[in-house]
Amino acid sequence: MKTHGPWWALIGALTGTFVGLTHADDAVHAPVFALYTQECGSCHMTYPAGLLPSASWQQIMRGLKTHYGLDASLDETSQLTLTTWLTAQAGSGKYARETPKDQRITLSAWFVRKHRAGEVPTAVWRRKSVGSPANCVACHADAERGDFNENKVRIPP
Amino acid sequence: MTKLTRIKLRWAHWVVALAALAAPAWALTPADILASYAHAAGQAPQAVRGQQFFDATHGKEWSCSTCHTKQPTAEGTHASTRKAITPLAPAANPKRFTDSAKTEKWFRRNCNDVLGRECTAAEKADVLAWLIGLKP
Repeated sequence: MKTHGPWWALIGALTGTFVGLTHADDAVHAPVFALYTQECGSCHMTYPAGLLPSASWQQIMRGLKTHYGLDASLDETSQLTLTTWLTAQAGSGKYARETPKDQRITLSAWFVRKHRAGEVPTAVWRRKSVGSPANCVACHADAERGDFNENKVRIPP
Repeated sequence: MTKLTRIKLRWAHWVVALAALAAPAWALTPADILASYAHAAGQAPQAVRGQQFFDATHGKEWSCSTCHTKQPTAEGTHASTRKAITPLAPAANPKRFTDSAKTEKWFRRNCNDVLGRECTAAEKADVLAWLIGLKP
């Protein structure tokens, strides 16, 4: 039997490279970890680890007792495991060059620039369907997988 | 008894022993958890008191019902992140109150957010008694 294996592999590799190149600008490191989904993801979207530098994740994990005004405290083992994982997976590229104020991704310079009033009208943030700039998935459906491709943005009514 | 049977039996004992050890971690029912809170409280739980506690604010901005709704057979919404919260009432969500560590974790966090302190065993028992009685 004639096999087409190597051809498919080549096409796959080329397509992969192509997709990688077109979307590289919007792609963020967003590894999946069951404990992260379970513990952090039960209250909010699972922010891609690559959106903050290691120092920011460390700060966040140190202050879970008052986590943006709420108690998100964990048992010691889960806290240690998640801190180790988050700091290992943290960003190092252009989206994680600074430790933003309050460790808020939405206060990073790149975030403010990309979402300035000329790009996103201020009133959008107050919509019930959006809530706040921290709710990435409201407009970036694949945000949890690290896909922030501008062409896919859909601002809900 | 052949040697093989003896070995099999020895293994069977281990399997039974391990299953017995593992069981308490996942085999709890909401009624079990309620019974342990009621026992710790030293008083009978009251569903009506639980409902009042659930709907009231306790010196801070939110009540339990702010996120879980006043009828927690329905889906709730996290008041600050807008993330959906699966129903709290066991009748609508059989996974609820079947893991004591998870139950304690959420009472600890959420009571701190709503009351600024931990809830007492009596308060937890009242709320749980009310939740268990809800029909979908």
